[in-house]
Amino acid sequence: MNKPENARVRTIDKVKASLEKRYARERRFRRLGLAAIVLGLSFVLMLFVDITSKGYMAFVQTHIELEVYFDPVVIDPDGTGDMDAIARADYRKIARQPLRELFPEVTSRRDKRALYSILSTGAPYRLLEMVREDPGLIGTRQTVELIADDDIDMLVKGHIDRHAAAEDRRVNDSMIAWVDRLDADSLISLNFNTGFFTNGDSREPELAGIGGAAAGSFYTLLVTLALSFPIGVAAALYLEEFAPKNRWTDLIEVNINNLAAVPSIVFGLLGLAMFINLFGLPRSAPLVGGLVLTLMTLPTIIIAGRAALKSVPPSIREAALGVGASKMQTVFQHVVPLAMPGMLTGTIIGMAQALGETAPLLMIGMVAFIVDMPGGPLDPSTVLPVQVYLWADSPERAFVERTSAAIMVLLAFLIAMNTFAVVMRRRFERRW
Amino acid sequence: MIAVSDEKKQMPNTQTVIADNELSDQVVLLHGGAKPLDGGFQTVGDVRVADPRMSCTGVNVYYGDKQAIKDVSLDVGKNQVVAMIGPSGCGKSTFLRCLNRMNDTIDICRVTGEIKLDDQDIYDRNLDVVPLRAQVGMVFQKPNPFPKSIYDNVAYGPRIHGLVASRTELDEVVENSLTKAGLWDEVKDRLDQPGTGLSAGQQQRLCIARTIAVEPEVILMDEPCSALDPIATAKVEELIDELRENYTIAIVTHSMQQAARVSQRTAYFHLGNLVEVGTTTQMFTNPQHKLTEDYITGRFG
Repeated sequence: MNKPENARVRTIDKVKASLEKRYARERRFRRLGLAAIVLGLSFVLMLFVDITSKGYMAFVQTHIELEVYFDPVVIDPDGTGDMDAIARADYRKIARQPLRELFPEVTSRRDKRALYSILSTGAPYRLLEMVREDPGLIGTRQTVELIADDDIDMLVKGHIDRHAAAEDRRVNDSMIAWVDRLDADSLISLNFNTGFFTNGDSREPELAGIGGAAAGSFYTLLVTLALSFPIGVAAALYLEEFAPKNRWTDLIEVNINNLAAVPSIVFGLLGLAMFINLFGLPRSAPLVGGLVLTLMTLPTIIIAGRAALKSVPPSIREAALGVGASKMQTVFQHVVPLAMPGMLTGTIIGMAQALGETAPLLMIGMVAFIVDMPGGPLDPSTVLPVQVYLWADSPERAFVERTSAAIMVLLAFLIAMNTFAVVMRRRFERRW
Repeated sequence: MIAVSDEKKQMPNTQTVIADNELSDQVVLLHGGAKPLDGGFQTVGDVRVADPRMSCTGVNVYYGDKQAIKDVSLDVGKNQVVAMIGPSGCGKSTFLRCLNRMNDTIDICRVTGEIKLDDQDIYDRNLDVVPLRAQVGMVFQKPNPFPKSIYDNVAYGPRIHGLVASRTELDEVVENSLTKAGLWDEVKDRLDQPGTGLSAGQQQRLCIARTIAVEPEVILMDEPCSALDPIATAKVEELIDELRENYTIAIVTHSMQQAARVSQRTAYFHLGNLVEVGTTTQMFTNPQHKLTEDYITGRFG
């Protein structure tokens, strides 16, 4: 009676039979995806935890509170008040005097030298600065927080093992004893390390800062932005809106895409050969760095710009042409404003790339040890990632935390730039 | 539409000019799929009018190797609405876009033949398309207001062409255009709001206002109501009827009712050929060509 029904397997039964397998596959795929995300995020987290745990202490610096007597006999023996003479005075003596007063039992030459070495070599300069700012200090006693040597800084921050054998640590037992006594008198303090943000590079870790590198990065990016944005946008506009579509423009397009994949060090070699050797531009200068990074970011900006122009709906172009706007008016009054957010996003991403770029800048000499703050794009300077590279190479323990701190600053800039790009994209995405 | 076809059924089909054998050929063609008409096809009906505003002779349009329009001749009469109807892909929109050279924007598109606006060949090498498009305005299928304020949308044309001397004059032009487009009362209090925030019907009327703000002589409309609901459509159609007094209008439409309602002349396109032209009444009551008859009675299309 039901023969036809029994003979034919109903479709719904087949579907049901296959369901479980399908769902199992779906579940597997979902789990794999989730695992990938978790793995990726955990690596990022590891990176952040590692860098932060190593670097956050670099934002504070050990200072020793001393009562300094600005001795007129040492600073201004002739009493002329002449600033040049005052600047030439021996401030080391003034910085060492309070230590001698605190530890009168230290007498031998060797112990004295060890005692004085708990102050940074930068401490006398701090005193000179104070006198320069206010010559009225001469002849007075002032409580001054003087910067400690990097070894003392490490000791206070707990990076030096007190129980290690004396010859294995950079501070000897008596230095540890002095520091402990100063600490017991609460003369040792960890203050916010402004010098880290304002100073240039230095051989002394406690005096080294990212100020010079940050200024170098700023000038380099300024040159890069000033060149790559207008050139990139103009190239994208021409290729997308005005150029005839033929074999030549196809070739140009392919080459621009290829350029985006060229290793950055190649651009560095090109910069060395062209800008420095051929054109004779100064070595280590942000100008040359900016030129090299312009070459490197141009493809990114052109590709992003063209994509942004392409995404402007053709109906807007037709509308403008339909009321009699010329090609130029259509492009500049309608297409470009709508494509601008996309172009800016591409530019910011290109700039972020440029900020993090190291290899090509090594080739053009921005890897030099430069203490002075660059005053402009023609002064020799270095940039943040290269500074990180230089410090990572230094043997002193105190440079380890500074390296991590510099990375944190660099990452903060990069995250800020990328966030800005994302916000811009979100904001202007749905305008039609 | 129903009224028209009813009328049609009552009419004896004696006036047809097509010979019987030709007619059966056409029927075979229809059933065998959409085959083009043979090469030397002659448009049925009178393509010329007494006082043409635009006059096309032997227009061919090619997209690369593909021929989209085949030897079409057609006049657009002064202060008249010409409707172009036909199945999808028949070339009616392509033909319309030739009339203000919008096809120039398509790289692979090539146009031959002669299209004249008041005895001036618009495909003349020396002719500037900017003033041409100011003279021959266009309203598109999809409402495409600029992502700017309502005011700026309408003011854009007069501004770029330098039609107004002062802000007050511009205000007047904007008000007049919006009034003519039947949108003024709905938007007069929010002229500074984006045009993209209006409803689809309002957007399309805004686009019409933007087009007439330039005071063109001819307005081309490419299925202006295809994205609109019946109420908005009725408003736009009413508007077209009013605009006819001052403007010459060519409209492409998929709706035969619309063609019947708004146009004085109708042209029927089929696969790149202009099959038949005639007054709208005649086309809908007494089509001469079998293809036209089949299309307007809804037998295919």
